Amino acid sequence: MYAQMIKSEATQDDPEKLAAFQARIDAGEKIEPKDWMPEGYRKTLIRQIGQHAHSEIVGQLPEGNWITRAPTLERKAILLAKVQDEAGHGLYLYCAAETLGVSRDEITEMLLDGRMKYSSIFNYPTLNWADIGAVGWLVDGAAIMNQVPLQRTSFGPYSRAMIRICKEESFHQRQGYDAIRQMAEGTPEQKKMAQDALNRLWYPSLMMFGPSDKDSVHSAQSMAWKIKMNTNDELRQKFVDQTVPQAEYLGLTIPDPDLKWNEERGHYDYTDPDWSEFFDVIKGNGPCNVDRLAARNKAWDDGQWVRDGLLAHARKKAAGKHAAE
Amino acid sequence: MKNEWPLWEIFIRGQHGMSHRHVGSLHAPDAEMAIKNARDVYTRRNEGVSIWVVEANHISASSPSDKGPLYEPSESKVYRHPTFFDIPEEVGAM
Repeated sequence: MYAQMIKSEATQDDPEKLAAFQARIDAGEKIEPKDWMPEGYRKTLIRQIGQHAHSEIVGQLPEGNWITRAPTLERKAILLAKVQDEAGHGLYLYCAAETLGVSRDEITEMLLDGRMKYSSIFNYPTLNWADIGAVGWLVDGAAIMNQVPLQRTSFGPYSRAMIRICKEESFHQRQGYDAIRQMAEGTPEQKKMAQDALNRLWYPSLMMFGPSDKDSVHSAQSMAWKIKMNTNDELRQKFVDQTVPQAEYLGLTIPDPDLKWNEERGHYDYTDPDWSEFFDVIKGNGPCNVDRLAARNKAWDDGQWVRDGLLAHARKKAAGKHAAE
Repeated sequence: MKNEWPLWEIFIRGQHGMSHRHVGSLHAPDAEMAIKNARDVYTRRNEGVSIWVVEANHISASSPSDKGPLYEPSESKVYRHPTFFDIPEEVGAM
């Protein structure tokens, strides 16, 4: 997902307090920043919300790549609005993480020096305009699968951020589907581009949900804490089931010869992505890992004088005001 | 000196006649920039007609552990609710 492979931190707290905390979560109460919480809950959430926030921010890069080259002014305005939303989503999430006691600069620096990750999907390139449609359709579609249940997560600020994000996310998926639909219904060359985008982005999209449940040992604690609401495979299956008819409508073929409806299960059977590729991308060896981190570092460094300048101005103004009083 | 922009809490009046409501927070160097940023971050879809910003460290909050002493006293004062009183039907709406 936008947060992948989040390992729950071990917790060494008073068993009585832990039990009372778990009872609150089981009763559906929201945990707020000033409430007592296990250290493991706090640390796991900082990592998870932080990784989610970083994904929103880094996710602007592959799409921002096409703003100046959008095929029409309307598509350009739409893409610009979408990418601006992603910045907003990153900010909502950073603020939620900050309520847990990490500062914005700290969490930003952890992204910049590689201590924290962002979603593997953003290490793939957007090679042409069809990819922009496919990203909205598939990547935002996969993100929604995870974000909708997270609106009910136990941590209040995270839940509220998710509610805001989900309100805006549907626009993202729809604009993507609309863009790729126009190509799928266009000239044979355009349709070929749409199919090519689906071919390249299908498996990376499936990887967004993280490793298969049988290899994902970190889920139990996070699910008990209600900071993970569904298993990776549950969400992946839901995404496949939802996306196959959407592809069929477009006349596009999912690049999986073994994909077929399983009457007995009531779900599509599908081929798992190549997990060795996933782990390789996570390790930093994807096609764009180096570019993405370099772009974030450059933005941070180039913005230093702006941050410093505005702060110096604010301090000077405040000092002047005090002197006048 | 710490060079991180301070945190501001953002309150938006959703429509005329309603109270401002807390919608979230953001970092900004001063109040003027906080309002400008709040406009971009929290009102992209006509969510507001007015913005308040307050530097987060100026907000004092009650402690979760004071829940008992603060709120329990009101639980025993059921007579503060109009439904506590039986009014004869003949009297009409009251």
